[in-house]
Amino acid sequence: MNYQFQFDAVFAAWPLLLKGTWITVQLSLTATVLGLVVAVLGAWGKTSGPAWLRVLIQAYIELIRNTPFLVQLFFFFFALPVFGLRWSPYQAALTAMVVNLGAYATEIIRAGIESIPKGQIEAGRALNLKGWEIFRFVILKPALKAIYPALTSQFILLMLTSAVVSVISADDLTSVAATLQSQTFRSFEIYIVVTAIYLGLALAFSALFKLVHRQFLNYPDKR
Amino acid sequence: MRTFGWPEFLFIVEAAKWTLALSAIAFVGGVVLGLLVALARTAEHRGAQFAATGFIQVFQGTPLLLQLFLIFFGFPVLGLDINPWVAAGIALTLNTAAFLAEIWRGCIQAVPGGQREASLALNLSYVDRMRFVILPQAFKIALPPTVGYLVQVIKGTSLAAIIGFAEVTRAGQIINNATFQPLHVFTTVAAVYFVICWPLSLLAARMEKRRAAALAR
Repeated sequence: MNYQFQFDAVFAAWPLLLKGTWITVQLSLTATVLGLVVAVLGAWGKTSGPAWLRVLIQAYIELIRNTPFLVQLFFFFFALPVFGLRWSPYQAALTAMVVNLGAYATEIIRAGIESIPKGQIEAGRALNLKGWEIFRFVILKPALKAIYPALTSQFILLMLTSAVVSVISADDLTSVAATLQSQTFRSFEIYIVVTAIYLGLALAFSALFKLVHRQFLNYPDKR
Repeated sequence: MRTFGWPEFLFIVEAAKWTLALSAIAFVGGVVLGLLVALARTAEHRGAQFAATGFIQVFQGTPLLLQLFLIFFGFPVLGLDINPWVAAGIALTLNTAAFLAEIWRGCIQAVPGGQREASLALNLSYVDRMRFVILPQAFKIALPPTVGYLVQVIKGTSLAAIIGFAEVTRAGQIINNATFQPLHVFTTVAAVYFVICWPLSLLAARMEKRRAAALAR
């Protein structure tokens, strides 16, 4: 092996890499917030909605969980414009991520809701709380605490999966890597650096989530 | 210009055999390597634990796509020829091994400690202890999540399309470029994955339910 590693060209492009990193984080955070809204609605519909709605939500979950993210992305980016929808790669990527996370998170939140003992809900009723108050304070809050670890690891998984949106050039970190590669031909060095950035992001977010858990969710909920 | 018809449909469906072949390679390779990593992760040897934790951390903490790129672009740098088949096979095997190892670590640790102590009291060697006492019990716990993870492996093979490996997703791209009928094409592609993955998901859920029922007794 007589290959000369040259990282100079990669590090010289640090503003681009920083921007790509920011877009990856931004995409993941936005998709998670929107996806959680979808998921809370989905979980509510699946646990207390009418039968037809439950079937519909179940179909959505199964469809998303049993097809690859890449194919979902292609579907949103290439197939939906057939119906006259015009959107940028960024918007298509974000939508695909929201729809993807929504399906996984619906199942996670539903499991959390079902872990709440019946007696707790009855206690809420006995205190004359309204239906939405019971859902918000008696069911959702303790359920979110129970599923916090699963949700946070789903977020990190989504952030890593989002590397795939580079195939439609959505300006994320991996897209930046692809651009740099075509300019400098230092593909191996670039991908080593970018992979290390993703690893750093994953470790940093995982540490941050642990900190949040210790600070805000570490209250006793069982006697 | 071609339109999306029966031959185009068949072209995509037939590419499923390459998706299945790649999934099989990744899964078998991942099972073998994953078992070694899981054993190292649960071993008493500090160095082995450290190495296994590092392996799992790196492969779970970085995107599968970039693992694929690193192998595909990295091997030529090391002076080794590589084609998409080998690159996809290696990347998916390593990735699968990391995730299965982490799943199985939990399963091995879920076997009650008394079992290990009893086998130590019987003076069983490490190999005998694992072979006859710990792993058979861990296997029962591990089966449902392992089947569930197989679905992830199959979906993961779609990324091989990006380095030009002609499986279902790549076949879809090729047909899409020829017909410009993305709605037909990608619905077909999604349907192929769904037909393969859904039964496995259902099977995993059923096994999980059965196991939960058996434990509740």
